[in-house]
Amino acid sequence: MDLLNQTKHLLKKEIILEWRSKYAFNGVLLYVVSTVFVCYMAFNLNPGFRESQGYPIVWNILFWIIILFAAVNAIAKSFLQESKGRLLYYYTIAGPHAIILSKIIYNILLMALLSVLALIIYSLFFKNPTDDNLYYFLSVLLGSISFSTVFTMISAIASKAGNNGTLMAILSFPVIIPVILVLIKMSKRAIDGLDRSFSYQDIGVLLAINLIVIVTSLLLFPFLWRD
Amino acid sequence: MQFIYKSWWKILAVTLVFYTMIAGFLLPVPTLPILHETIRNLYFHVPMWVGMLTVFVISVYYSIKYLNTGKEEYDLAAVECVNTGLLFFALGLITGMMWAKYTWGEYWSGDPKQNSAAIAFLLYCAYLVLRNSMDEEQKRAKISAIYNIFAFPIMLVLIFILPRLTDSLHPGNGGNPAFGKYDLATSMRVVLYPAFIGWSLMAIWIATIRYRIRLIENKKNAIN
Repeated sequence: MDLLNQTKHLLKKEIILEWRSKYAFNGVLLYVVSTVFVCYMAFNLNPGFRESQGYPIVWNILFWIIILFAAVNAIAKSFLQESKGRLLYYYTIAGPHAIILSKIIYNILLMALLSVLALIIYSLFFKNPTDDNLYYFLSVLLGSISFSTVFTMISAIASKAGNNGTLMAILSFPVIIPVILVLIKMSKRAIDGLDRSFSYQDIGVLLAINLIVIVTSLLLFPFLWRD
Repeated sequence: MQFIYKSWWKILAVTLVFYTMIAGFLLPVPTLPILHETIRNLYFHVPMWVGMLTVFVISVYYSIKYLNTGKEEYDLAAVECVNTGLLFFALGLITGMMWAKYTWGEYWSGDPKQNSAAIAFLLYCAYLVLRNSMDEEQKRAKISAIYNIFAFPIMLVLIFILPRLTDSLHPGNGGNPAFGKYDLATSMRVVLYPAFIGWSLMAIWIATIRYRIRLIENKKNAIN
């Protein structure tokens, strides 16, 4: 009960802090918009791209790459902004499990919101070839959950180890490659409008990876957070 | 840790490895289409992965012990196990690639198993980079122990679970028959299982030698 209460309060604090400054949200949103716009202009240099056969494949992969880098940028901040004094304060009022859980939940909410917005913006610029929109939406949500759980723990490790962007990328990409491969496979099925039962196994794999990452985060964060 | 100074298991390791080398090349193997004599690669390829897994498990064990006690030797044991594990990882990849050249036609054909193994290799290279990014010994030991424990289950998922779900050509994956399903499997077991034990012990031996060198260096660099 104590854990739930602490998590709830910490989550509320995260959301209020973000609501006041809107730094992470606006920053990443702008990042997504400018990336999409750059891609839009770059692809428009090649006439006939939209009618070409590979368009759905490029559309899908490009979207996931944009989301991947947006997620790295958004979530790398989650432990960066914590000053030493504030960490000391957390140490006195809350348990480590509550802290990591609240961070994970907050990042999931942030990433879900961001990736849905990104999908809308992306569809505005690039005509959406998706057949099964609901399922594509589901895979985007699953993707944002998976990215959040993985990157939260990695950013906690990277922030303790000197906090540079290179380290974040090196540590997280091997973990995220299988996730993004499964996501691309699954969302491609949604684009082609294949039967949904083909993707059950992929959903299972994603949920299993998430479960493993959350459990190891909960086990390991208590050792990580105190200096 | 008295075990690492005993010599009986080192003799056993050498004996078993020699046995598998001789028996692996001389004993009869089932003749199968496509595979032919390359089936003998089983005796050399799979034990590399078993050896790697053995030292990685030991490394995770010492990482957990380090987090619980904070003794520096445990951290040294963990990192040297990972170093040795990476050597066996590379050997496993190379033996697999040589086999793939003769059965699949290419050293690297982008098979899901090969790709996953390459990603897992990056995962452990990241561990070494993470270690080098920090100067303070205790902090380095703690954070790399945490990362090591975090990386281990992901490595297992990457190498042993994900390729099974996809259409990999690797034996035992994607509906292909594995070793256990071959007709004359029992005649191969008498070579394969000793090879597992022999190469695992060999990996542990290499790791312990590296660990002991580290201990001596540590003692030499210590300020009294």
